[in-house]
Amino acid sequence: MKINCRQASRLISHGLDQPLSQWDYLRLRVHLWMCGNCRQFSRQLQIVQQSARKAGRGE
Amino acid sequence: MIAHADLEAELPYLQRYALAQLRDRDAANEIVQETVLAALESGDSFSGKSSLRTWLTSILRFKLIDRLRRKGREVLFDSLEDESDDSDFDGLFSQDGHWQNKIKAWSGPEESLMSRQFWEVFERCSQVMPRRTAMAFVMREVMGLEIAEICNNLDITATNCSVLLYRARMSLRECFEIRWAGEARA
Repeated sequence: MKINCRQASRLISHGLDQPLSQWDYLRLRVHLWMCGNCRQFSRQLQIVQQSARKAGRGE
Repeated sequence: MIAHADLEAELPYLQRYALAQLRDRDAANEIVQETVLAALESGDSFSGKSSLRTWLTSILRFKLIDRLRRKGREVLFDSLEDESDDSDFDGLFSQDGHWQNKIKAWSGPEESLMSRQFWEVFERCSQVMPRRTAMAFVMREVMGLEIAEICNNLDITATNCSVLLYRARMSLRECFEIRWAGEARA
């Protein structure tokens, strides 16, 4: 059940491309709830994604 | 009517965009020229509702995707081996898979600023990224293509694709961080 930060970081990236399986989603939520570093990491990947998308639309 | 001076001012942006995807200056210049010609021909359809850049970018994006589909599979001679695992990020994690260093919040950048600086950071960062990794990222995040199409174009499995995108995001995150850290010190 428990995952470490490295596994969490892979799931966070994967989740940006497609919905995670219910099991992975749950494991990730539990990890994020406990881990401030991974919450921060997740936010940063979202910022990178948003800035790439905006650049892609010429905004 | 679009003023030629306004059009010209957008050329660097378009060229960066095309270069990120094509990674070939001549091919990039060619497609930018086609984009500008198409824009001039259909200038009346530019409503002014969106910015000129957004309009031009949508034409360029359409042309890039069209080219990608017509050209078919990308022939890359670099081996996938170096790109198929994420061991180059070992240093970020401890033995038991926890972050070595605390991840600090990015307090500096405004979101609007980030998109403006995206190309600048991407250009520097993608120079050290393997080709396929950078291409997968551009196709996915800049051009917004679906995973299936990216896999097909790069001739890789969905698992490979997921690793490439992970690697690209990890690298870019670090590049953005260096950028913001530098700004905070300045």
